[in-house]
Amino acid sequence: MTRASQSARRSPLLGIYALCVFAFLYLPIVVLILYSFNRDGVGGFPPKQLTFAWYRLLFSDAAIWDSVLNSLLVAGGAVVLSLTLGLLAALALDRATFPGKSIFRRLVLLPLILPGIITGLSLLMFAVFAGLQLSLATVFLGHGTALISVATTELFAGLQKIDRAQEEASLDLGATPWQTFWRVTLPNLKLSLIAAGLLIFTLSMDEIAVTFFLIGRDNTLPLEIWARLRRGITPEINAISTLIFAVSVILILVWYHIRTRTTGKEAQELLERP
Amino acid sequence: MYSRAYKWIVSAPPILWVGIFLLLPYALMFAHSFWVVRDGMIAHEWNLQNYAKLFQNPVYLEVLFRTMRIAAAVTLLSLLLGYPLAYYMSFHANMRKDLLYQLVIVPLWVSYLVRGYAWKTILGSEGVLNGFLQYIHVTKEPVSFFLYSPFAVVLMLTHIYTPFVFLPLYASLEHIPRNLVEASQDLGAGSRATFFRVILPLSLPGLLAGATFAFVLTLGDFLAPLLVGGPSSIMIANIVQSLFGTAYDWPLGAAISVCILLLTISLLFLTERLEKRWSFR
Repeated sequence: MTRASQSARRSPLLGIYALCVFAFLYLPIVVLILYSFNRDGVGGFPPKQLTFAWYRLLFSDAAIWDSVLNSLLVAGGAVVLSLTLGLLAALALDRATFPGKSIFRRLVLLPLILPGIITGLSLLMFAVFAGLQLSLATVFLGHGTALISVATTELFAGLQKIDRAQEEASLDLGATPWQTFWRVTLPNLKLSLIAAGLLIFTLSMDEIAVTFFLIGRDNTLPLEIWARLRRGITPEINAISTLIFAVSVILILVWYHIRTRTTGKEAQELLERP
Repeated sequence: MYSRAYKWIVSAPPILWVGIFLLLPYALMFAHSFWVVRDGMIAHEWNLQNYAKLFQNPVYLEVLFRTMRIAAAVTLLSLLLGYPLAYYMSFHANMRKDLLYQLVIVPLWVSYLVRGYAWKTILGSEGVLNGFLQYIHVTKEPVSFFLYSPFAVVLMLTHIYTPFVFLPLYASLEHIPRNLVEASQDLGAGSRATFFRVILPLSLPGLLAGATFAFVLTLGDFLAPLLVGGPSSIMIANIVQSLFGTAYDWPLGAAISVCILLLTISLLFLTERLEKRWSFR
């Protein structure tokens, strides 16, 4: 043990390197936030003259808030759809046996692994094939379906932690499977469901690669920003980005705390990737 | 313990949904790759023409190789940043571990677009970096090659994927039994020998998982080149995107997508097997 603590003291260089990596991760975000308050626009150094003008402009920008509303609708729908199907899929993977189960598991997780463009284009071809008009509904369908992967992973991890004896006791004492599900299984999964829901919501609010190909006339927030970037950059985009950043940080930290409470630190490697 | 009906009710809806809204779309992608465009319409004539085009026209292979070079650079840089960070946090951070961990998690889930946009404002010819360089009198004129270059794409994607690489690396370092490290030191190995002969080999599965993430995700990215890359850093997914847009050749675009898909899946399959082999548990 003394050796280990010695080596801890002998590593100032490593500590400085780690600090630099953190600086690299956060510097762009700091710059972004800083310039949202800069009167003279995005660029130049040093930023001069603090102003809230860009935020005022942002709050009176109807097109942005329409797109925020669209994103909220899509994300809300995607959370409900993917949690419902993800819960069933997790239960099926945990408790049922059926032919092709391992293929099903891999298929569900595929959108998590494949580049967004492939899932997006596949769904575009499906929409054309099925004669669907591209709109927020197709975006919702795309997000909801692709994010079943996240819901399944998260809820499966939650199910693994549940003590099955409780369900057994409930069934033995005469509760129907339906009652057992609502009164035992679901309450036990409550925190996992909230955590998964938060994660799915964040991911859907931010999604571009799949949305890009499924969008109709109404933009989601990321697509609205994307369209504006083509016309040039203004600190108004910094202002909305700063707000997005602030909201994501809050959601992520809430999610993290729920997550560590439900599954414990050992299961953290399961979190892998969006 | 669970009845047949229960199992049916939980399995049937997700299987059906995934069958219709995932399996069928992916199958349609495969089907399209064997069709052709005739007179501006997609004709359902099965053939291998699209795949032949990919190998006949050197442009596609050239862009694919460029994409792989960019992906390799992003992977390498993310490892160079992520590994020491994970090592520091796992072995030296002690009490601050939890806080630092959250500090890495935050940028991981924060908007891809927000972070890409931040780089755009920093690297532009009238951007923050140029302003800074002129302010400290390093340059007189704005430098224009920061933005719209493969460099910008690599920088932006490294920024995005470093936390991705970090996570599995950190997890695998945390799983190394500390008494192995102590044993190595007690038996007289220096800290360098302990690192290269004990810690590094035991962290290989995490390293591989992280590297695979970064490589595969970069391989299919089309947003970074559009945002900060410019024409000199067009990647393979940009070709797909334009074939599905203005160029209107869905079958050819589908064929390239299928290649990306197969490349991705075989890479994942390969690394999964290697991870299992190198895993000591």
